[in-house]
Amino acid sequence: MIKHLQPAVILFAILTVLTGVIYPAIVTGLAQLLFPNQANGSLMTDSGGKTIGSSLIGQAFSDPGHFWGRPSATGPFPYNAGASSGSNLGPTNPALADAVKARIATLQAADPENKNPVPVDLITASGSGLDPHISPAAADYQINRVAKARKINPEKLRELVQNHTEARQWGVFGEPRVNVLALNLALDVLR
Amino acid sequence: MTSNSFFQIALYVITLLALAKPLGWYMARVYEDEPVWLNRVLAPFEALIYRASGVNPKQEMRWMDYAIAMLVFNLLGFLTVFALQSWQAFLPFNPQNLPNVSADSSFNTAASFATNTNWQGYGGETTMSYLTQMLGLTVQNFVSAAAGMAVLVALIRGFTRRKADIIGNFWVDMTRSTLYILMPLSLVLALVLVGQGVVQTFSPYQSVSLVETVSYEQPKLGVDGVALQDAAGKPVMETVKVKEQTVAVGPAASQVAIKQLGTNGGGFFNVNSAHPLENPTPLSNFLEMLAILLIPAALCYSFGMMVGDTRQGWAILAAMTLVFVALIFVAVPAEQSGNPALAALGVDQSVNADQTGGNMEGKETRFGITNSALWAVVTTAASNGSVNAMHDSFTPIGGMAPMWLMQLGEVIFGGVGSGLYGMIMFAIVAVFVSGLMIGRTPEYLGKKIEAYEMKMAAITILIPPLVVLGGTALAVMVDVGKSSVFNPGAHGFSEVLYAFSSAGNNNGSAFGGLSANTPFYNAMLGLAMLFSRYWLAVPVLAIAGSLAAKKIVPTGPGTLPTHTPLFVVLLIGTVLMVGALTFIPALALGPIVEHLQMIGVASAK
Repeated sequence: MIKHLQPAVILFAILTVLTGVIYPAIVTGLAQLLFPNQANGSLMTDSGGKTIGSSLIGQAFSDPGHFWGRPSATGPFPYNAGASSGSNLGPTNPALADAVKARIATLQAADPENKNPVPVDLITASGSGLDPHISPAAADYQINRVAKARKINPEKLRELVQNHTEARQWGVFGEPRVNVLALNLALDVLR
Repeated sequence: MTSNSFFQIALYVITLLALAKPLGWYMARVYEDEPVWLNRVLAPFEALIYRASGVNPKQEMRWMDYAIAMLVFNLLGFLTVFALQSWQAFLPFNPQNLPNVSADSSFNTAASFATNTNWQGYGGETTMSYLTQMLGLTVQNFVSAAAGMAVLVALIRGFTRRKADIIGNFWVDMTRSTLYILMPLSLVLALVLVGQGVVQTFSPYQSVSLVETVSYEQPKLGVDGVALQDAAGKPVMETVKVKEQTVAVGPAASQVAIKQLGTNGGGFFNVNSAHPLENPTPLSNFLEMLAILLIPAALCYSFGMMVGDTRQGWAILAAMTLVFVALIFVAVPAEQSGNPALAALGVDQSVNADQTGGNMEGKETRFGITNSALWAVVTTAASNGSVNAMHDSFTPIGGMAPMWLMQLGEVIFGGVGSGLYGMIMFAIVAVFVSGLMIGRTPEYLGKKIEAYEMKMAAITILIPPLVVLGGTALAVMVDVGKSSVFNPGAHGFSEVLYAFSSAGNNNGSAFGGLSANTPFYNAMLGLAMLFSRYWLAVPVLAIAGSLAAKKIVPTGPGTLPTHTPLFVVLLIGTVLMVGALTFIPALALGPIVEHLQMIGVASAK
């Protein structure tokens, strides 16, 4: 065992520097050079230079005049991007059905005329608690509520939602989706 | 399932298999020290490393020396990760001033990363400093993977050598795995991932202003830090208004790339690859999934090349792929069928052009059902364990598919190196069983399989079930084990069984509801990971030593060919028989009974 100790210690030290210092440093250098925006969190700034969000991280919305995103299970408040978390509620856990029931009630209270079934992604917590997207169906479900709160033509909103709907990447990968923060920022400019 | 769902799955499997040959060819050349293009850049550097560490690359080792070298090297890694966590508050590159990690959690994480399990008992962004992530965890992501590949290569040499007592040099096999295979692939993948939006920076966490102010209630603390109570004994609440969001960032891409390529799986952030800054787009998701199975699949081809008959490698790859694809078509439809409890509330879980539908609790919109369920199967087929959706919220059958894949012993692709050497153990058992059936001495790749090899192979196959079932049984009998369970009923049992299946097979994925960051689970799961890694790797090396010493028997009319569809079926049968007979009773208490309860409630209504 002793004869292996010297090569083990030196080789471990060398590989530690190589993979734990040099490798991340090279990746960081190249990333900052080639993709500075992405490497730093895809942050968006307004015309005044103020950071107003990340295009990849969702935010909590509860104003009827905004589109709402997925429920978030992060603590102590939703969409805490410093502590990502899912709900981990199992499918047969009564707490899941209760939470979903309460979310449906909130949605219907904000839009009593809407009798459509609620799209599942709008009342289930995302995996990260930071999901920036909802399905086009979930955006569509909210158009009448937002239109009424803002007193604008629902057709105009429908067009806005369509413009913010991303298709599958390269037409194949993933699912169609709407970035809620981007949509709401565009909505606020509309006013 | 929709046609797009089929198409995405088919595209994944075809791309994976198409890449197995070129990468497998390259890796075989690296291990056989044949010229490769990267020699021009790396050869002088490699020679320098050997000179500095006093290694003679031409001097090979007996199996026992090879095993000791591996164990000593892994022990150093274990101690380093333990020390970095224990003292991170006093060390640099800790912009969030995160405190030192507790001893039991540090033990668990050190065991987890040294054994290539990468179980996360902690939340990355709230626990680990940048220094710990890089110098501790990223390094282990490389070297624990490289150690697994080294053991595999030593085993292959056992088959190809005749009357030899040496099986290679551990230091060389490990260095070459890291330098020529893992680092170049990681570098390319990391940069592509950054292009898609994965963060890579040494800056502290970023503050961004919120469009809407969020308010929440929390117990008000007195000046002494104790929660205040009103006259009725109820806690006094105060309202907190949040106007800014803190976005956790860090050097994530460099770690995510090797976490997938090395089948490690330990995430940079708490929710792993469900986090939008760790896996931002469907394309990054596809590439990360591809990276998980890339090397394990390609090593099958390398194996075939190195034993001089590529058909042997294809046969093993075929066996792995068949089981893998079958379980994809268990998990995806189960998740797509949704949750009856939600259907009863009038929720729209149908799949159409505007929504993915299905069981979306714990899943991300950009991945939907297909990519979340596919990932779950990929990550547990490999001993990767990273997640892009919360497995705890899967339907019972959707969650059973990944659980059973781990219980099969991580041989359906499995970990880099460890998956294939595990599968070769099953192949040894398969030729032995069929040898008994036809009354011939069992042989595999020209080597007689005798009592010693069978004993060692039996150990490697029996240790993980013992650890998994024994650990689960103990945990559900004691209060410290039961109190960590989050979901009630049969699902709670599944959480414990999943945790031990994961640790006892060096996978690392979790039913995250289980509060595993307790002294009990940190210790139990840490020990499970150590047993399952080294009590398998050492017998495998013993077999390598024993086989190398044997002569090569020429194939005769009585030899069972091991590259035919018949053998593929035999191999799958052996894996499934062991996995099914060992685990169906336990699964019946967890996911199976939960499934029956779930559909029973639905039909009663």
